[in-house]
Amino acid sequence: MSKSVVVSSQRALREVSAETQDYVTMFIDRQMFGVPVLTVQDVLGPQRITRIPLAPPEVAGSLNLRGRIVTAIDVRPRLGLAKRSTAEKGMSVVVEFGGELYSLNVDSVGEVLSLPAAAFERNPPTLDPLWREYSAGIYRLENKLLVVLDVARLLDFTRNEGN
Amino acid sequence: MDDLLSEFLTETSESLSTLDVELVKLEQNPNDPRILQNIFRLVHTIKGTCGFLGLPRLEVVAHAAENVLGKFRDGELEVTPAAVTLILTSIDRIKLILSHLEQTESEPEGNDEELIAALNAMAEGRAEPAAPAASQAEETDGIDEAEAAPDEAPAVEDVAPFDEPEPAPPAVAPAPPAPVEEPAKPQKKAVPAAPAATAPAETAGGGESSVAQQSIRVNVELLENLMTLVSELVLTRNQLLQMVRGKDDSEFATPLQRLSHITTDLQEGVMKTRMQPIGNAWAKLPRIVRDLSVETHKKIDLQMIGAETELDRQVLELIKDPLTHMVRNSADHGIEGPDERRAHGKPETGKIVLNAYHEGGHIIIEISDDGRGLNINRIRAKIISNGLATEAELDAMNDQQIAQFIFKPGFSTAEKVTSVSGRGVGMDVVRTNIEKIGGTIELKSVQGRGSTFTIKIPLTLAIVSALIVECGGERFAIPQISVLELVRVTTTSEHSIEVINNAPVLRLRDRLLPLVSLRNLLELGGEEDERGETFIVVTQVGNYTFGIIVDRVFDTEEIVVKPVAPILRHITMFSGNTILGDGSVIMILDPNGIAGATGEVAMAAGSGQIAGKEAVRDARAGERTSLLVFRTGGQDLKAVPLALVARLEEIDLTTVEHSHGKPVVQYRGHLMPLISIDPYYQMQSEGSQPVLVFSDRERSMGLVVDEIVDIVDEHLKVQLAVNQPGLIGTAVVASKATDLIDAGYYLTQAYSDWFGSLDEDTYGEEDHAKRVLLVDDSPFFLNLLTPLLSVAGYEVTSVESADRALALRDGGDDFDIIVSDIEMPGMSGFDFAEAVRREGRWQATPMVALSSHATEKDFERGREVGFNDYVAKFDRDALLQTLAQTLADAKGAA
Repeated sequence: MSKSVVVSSQRALREVSAETQDYVTMFIDRQMFGVPVLTVQDVLGPQRITRIPLAPPEVAGSLNLRGRIVTAIDVRPRLGLAKRSTAEKGMSVVVEFGGELYSLNVDSVGEVLSLPAAAFERNPPTLDPLWREYSAGIYRLENKLLVVLDVARLLDFTRNEGN
Repeated sequence: MDDLLSEFLTETSESLSTLDVELVKLEQNPNDPRILQNIFRLVHTIKGTCGFLGLPRLEVVAHAAENVLGKFRDGELEVTPAAVTLILTSIDRIKLILSHLEQTESEPEGNDEELIAALNAMAEGRAEPAAPAASQAEETDGIDEAEAAPDEAPAVEDVAPFDEPEPAPPAVAPAPPAPVEEPAKPQKKAVPAAPAATAPAETAGGGESSVAQQSIRVNVELLENLMTLVSELVLTRNQLLQMVRGKDDSEFATPLQRLSHITTDLQEGVMKTRMQPIGNAWAKLPRIVRDLSVETHKKIDLQMIGAETELDRQVLELIKDPLTHMVRNSADHGIEGPDERRAHGKPETGKIVLNAYHEGGHIIIEISDDGRGLNINRIRAKIISNGLATEAELDAMNDQQIAQFIFKPGFSTAEKVTSVSGRGVGMDVVRTNIEKIGGTIELKSVQGRGSTFTIKIPLTLAIVSALIVECGGERFAIPQISVLELVRVTTTSEHSIEVINNAPVLRLRDRLLPLVSLRNLLELGGEEDERGETFIVVTQVGNYTFGIIVDRVFDTEEIVVKPVAPILRHITMFSGNTILGDGSVIMILDPNGIAGATGEVAMAAGSGQIAGKEAVRDARAGERTSLLVFRTGGQDLKAVPLALVARLEEIDLTTVEHSHGKPVVQYRGHLMPLISIDPYYQMQSEGSQPVLVFSDRERSMGLVVDEIVDIVDEHLKVQLAVNQPGLIGTAVVASKATDLIDAGYYLTQAYSDWFGSLDEDTYGEEDHAKRVLLVDDSPFFLNLLTPLLSVAGYEVTSVESADRALALRDGGDDFDIIVSDIEMPGMSGFDFAEAVRREGRWQATPMVALSSHATEKDFERGREVGFNDYVAKFDRDALLQTLAQTLADAKGAA
């Protein structure tokens, strides 16, 4: 499965250097994001998702991942972006948070990158407050910037909804 | 064999095998205090349990051995091989007695004097290899076994009321003689003066304990995991069955059939491991009823039928409290005093009958009494005075319908609440608890003849049978237990949906059935089916029957209920989700939630259930706080925010002790001081006393109250501020003037260092507690939050306006974090944040906004002006979490 591939490549990279962190990269609205590889359980293609009535707009629905129910989170509205048009099929990254599985629906998932700590920077203060909330920091890559998603904050719906 | 005894045997034989190993270890490391401690503890436990079970012979041996071990532990005796041998001999003797106990359920006859004497001699430090002959003479504390023995069997009987009718009289005890000891074991030397040899009456049943072998102890978690796995297996089986359905010639058909059977058997088997007799939940009831009958001078006979009926332990745990509460109600309010009963021509002794039995995948529990029944007139009066319904509405109801109001939140007919269950107040809690586990409760009451509650609950929570329906292109599961019938409605059928001012209804057998459109309720969108055919699922919640309009009905399926993700828990329409046979995820509808949303005077909606989004919004905008209302020292009503109360307890006053002249009780292994609001309050010396428990980590404080009146959700407005320590002010709660108690004041009375010492606990490595500046214009909130934050280990400074806060800044005060309200007269929270960020020493201090209107827009605005985070008022946990988080972030950034 995709996960085992991810894990083995991650191990290989770790041997190369302890100074690097490995991230699964993904794209939303052409912006590159990264999630620490160890938090990722699975990478999924388009799935059959059950709609959940009355759920918050960020909740795309739920899906069955090998007998476990996964709550699908649409990352776009969470980041204040417009929802993807239904024609485009997205991909998703499955992460575990608080004992529950969540799938983060994004536009596409890229390769696993091993990034040196030296390239890491804190969020620039000019970043949109919403993004600052969910970004754990920025990596300078050669030709683009990678935003590290803070999965815990992204999935913690209780923090700013007041209930 | 009696449960208690067999459990004791299992446990003791486990301890004994550990002991053997530990003792040998001790011989090798005679000075290891850890091993000694462990051995001592094991023997001590055996001794204690023997005493409890009435096994004198065992107890005496264990006691003597414990004495010696105690000396070892205190260093008064040296651990010599001879001493260890002696202990091992005692252990062997204990084993011997145990094996006999296991066969005949009574201790063998016989005499341990010389062994005990040897142990005592050892303990006294005399004659090390203690010649038993010499010590035989002194029977100092050796109990005369001949006398003790005849009492033994009855003693065991006493604790074993459900014993099988084969009590072996001690006379029969000498069973087939067997080798008394396996001499080898860990001893290397011959036993000096082997006491066993001089115990001719000893019998042994073949060494190893067979009961111990028949049952093993298994971690509950392991069983839970097994249950989960089996549930998954059932799902997979269903999935396979679905695939071959309709393919009669499939080669998989036969093996699948077998798999299906095995799965079913396995499911039943695993379920059995979790089953416990309901009698376990009833065990306390006779005592409670007895105490109540003494207290109220009534004569009550409690009959329990079907105590052996088994149900899932998870369910059992959940119904324990409701059952206790209901029996207590029956005894307290239902049964009349003897005089009254005689006057009505009833026998003096009232009867409460508990009856449990299985019925088609459910367990039915009936609680009936032959007391006075519900007083419908009083209930009517109460309904009207509490504003639960109008007189006109009540006139349209029959007595049974009116009686159902006792399940409504905030209802209690007894003028005086005489007992508090410790978990909640009143029948609404009972009902909520039972409905939480998918059960139903019904009430029948005849005035003067008594009342009967019938509880119907599923045997297990894990697997339920559900009806699968479709609406708006989505499928949903409805638990079968709530479904009464299905009605198909087409344009031509005799049934058709009629509409009264947008409210759909259905004529069904001369009754008008209120209908709920699932499409509208769940905002599914889409148009009604063009085929002109819809289905109505007639659903019952308690006594409220209504119909759910759906597009299509599929079959029923066994489903495994899984809880929904935390972010969806606020949607009351769903009780869980599951995976169907075809692998798709499906939401399980909660009939209670739907009933609540229909706006029916809904007895269905529990206090905590809020129907739909609208209500949630209203509740937020209305700034409601849950308050616990109570009385103490007089008739004045007093209240304290429920969030601050950890538990409601009832304390047996005979257990109250005094320390430094102040009353304390032992509570959960700690001493809990009891504080009363009236300093001159005299507590009774017996009976029971309701107490509000305030807890923080391991400390608890009990606030003594006379009675707990109610729990209300109230829009709080402090009308009169008072200048009296311990009081925040007076507010109108449930339309009565009520004093609001400052819990923080009493906490400091209980422990003068309550706040101070916690600082150390919480921030051991830091040199000071985190200082919080609290800015809020409402004195009530300052008073509410200050103790809350203080208890959490913060040092709190509170001011009522942004101007004052800024004055503190200019005065040179520093804080670790600032918590500020947004809506304030004068300078608003936003302006305040801007001012702080603009200049001065607080520029880098993290700020958290506090408001009752937490919308996305406010959140963004808060960010812009410099707040680090945003918390809704009244959310104690979120506030504490946010504070900790923000402080950690700030520290990380620094």
